[in-house]
Amino acid sequence: MFDFELTWRSLGLDFVQTALLAAGVLAVVAGVLGPLIVMRRMSFAVHGTSELAFTGAAAALLLGVGVEYGALGGAVVAAVLIAFLGSRESDRDSVIGVILAFGLGLGVLLLTFYSGRSANKFGILIGQIVAVDRTNLNVLMIASALVLIVLALIYRPLLFASVDPAVAVARGVPVRSLALVFAVLVGVATAFGVQIVGSLLVVSLMVTPAAAAARVTASPWKATVLAVIFAEVSALGGIVLSLAPGKPVSAFVTTISFAIYLGCRIVAKVRDRRRRVPAVTTTATPVPV
Amino acid sequence: MPIPVLPNARGAATNPAVQLRGASLAFGSRTLWSGLDLDVAPGEFLAVLGPNGSGKTSLLKVLLGLQPLSAGSARLVGKPPGGSNPQVGYIPQQRSADDVTLRGTDLVGLGLDGHRWGTGLRHLGERRRRVAGAIASVGAASYANSPVGRLSGGEQQRLRVAQALIGDPRVLLCDEPLLSLDLAHQRAVSDLIDARRRDANTAVMFVTHEINPILRYVDKVLYLVNGQFRIGAPDEVMNSKTLSELYRTKIEVIKVGGQIHVAGAQSALCEDEPHHHTLDERVS
Repeated sequence: MFDFELTWRSLGLDFVQTALLAAGVLAVVAGVLGPLIVMRRMSFAVHGTSELAFTGAAAALLLGVGVEYGALGGAVVAAVLIAFLGSRESDRDSVIGVILAFGLGLGVLLLTFYSGRSANKFGILIGQIVAVDRTNLNVLMIASALVLIVLALIYRPLLFASVDPAVAVARGVPVRSLALVFAVLVGVATAFGVQIVGSLLVVSLMVTPAAAAARVTASPWKATVLAVIFAEVSALGGIVLSLAPGKPVSAFVTTISFAIYLGCRIVAKVRDRRRRVPAVTTTATPVPV
Repeated sequence: MPIPVLPNARGAATNPAVQLRGASLAFGSRTLWSGLDLDVAPGEFLAVLGPNGSGKTSLLKVLLGLQPLSAGSARLVGKPPGGSNPQVGYIPQQRSADDVTLRGTDLVGLGLDGHRWGTGLRHLGERRRRVAGAIASVGAASYANSPVGRLSGGEQQRLRVAQALIGDPRVLLCDEPLLSLDLAHQRAVSDLIDARRRDANTAVMFVTHEINPILRYVDKVLYLVNGQFRIGAPDEVMNSKTLSELYRTKIEVIKVGGQIHVAGAQSALCEDEPHHHTLDERVS
């Protein structure tokens, strides 16, 4: 049974409000990057990047420095590696698999050397948003603002390169450099996502909302707005729902974003069928009298 | 930096839109073509023909600045190729665009400002007006708001024409734009390209493996075969004597009902096999 009373009281707590604010900021970034990630078919790259964010976070834990800096370092290294080694579409899939597997293995090894609280270990895998403090929040907000500003400046050439690479190249758009810059932006966002939903589940915030939006609209602008809304509902809703049961936030975030995705698929299907109905009736054979 | 006016240029009206001088392209020991001198005047329609691997698409890559010449020089409207030159429009082959989040209007809009940095929020009204105008000019208004992936190949290519023309280019580079279209759409799309060069005096370079769909419009042919080439009016190039010389084998050119049929050693010709080189192979 869901405990409204307890949820309401928890919402008044300082660290819960910090967590909500952090999740809200991250969801904006994830929602804005998401449609481009989906168009560029980078879901697996995001997953690979987040696994290396885990490796970086594990190293940071061992060295006793801030987990967020380790995650950031790992994610950016992974993003650049994937962009360089996997610049040919035919190679990309296997390159990501190779990097992901190595990073995960290394991270697990690093964790076995760590003798601190085991909750910290678990935290970088499945998220530990309640551990976000004011300093983390400031770093997150600055990084998010930077990501959004860079994205605004490169948005049109990046969209061109993502949906129409042949013509973009012909028009002088630096497609390769843009791929690298975008990979770094995704790496930064992923590193912060790791703190909220954990490295295993970052995809649910970076990809699922945008994949859902792509089902119901073909307009890049509308897809971006919808993806931000879906990411906010998933992230904030996930935190609120997790308060009373005291279970990991990520379970709720992933469930909500998956439910939204299913809903969008159903909406698209229904709409498709409705669109097809007039065509069917005009070509139907006459009903025998 | 001002571009020096070439000595043979006689005023702006006769400045060639495309100019190649002593142009050569070689990959290692293999020379695709060399000593190529070519002028395409404003409003002129040039067809680039030849078998697979003769360097037709490579020629377009040179003019787009994606491939440096091994020797010689290239100029488009007085400038060297490359960069985001708004004077140059490009129409690619039709290919499936199934799963991109993109409407026809977005595709055309990218032709206008997709190469620009910054947000571009200040000019949204003007942008909308120009996109609508370009879409209307190719008769695509009824489906321009549909997802690109749901459109037929012919509808997509109409939008491609609008995408290339919205920037008001002086040179239009076309890479097999009729490939995989049915006859009606081949005609519709090539009519649009022809109308543009007549109305706006835009030079057209049209790479194709099949001249018949565009034969009515072609002023000049560049025929490339194994490092050799001929340039001239369609009748001067598309005849048995010239093509036999080019292919160094017996070729019969037969004209039937306003169409040209090239018969000869099929192995040398490969006219029926369109090439599938695309520019994005370099980047993806």
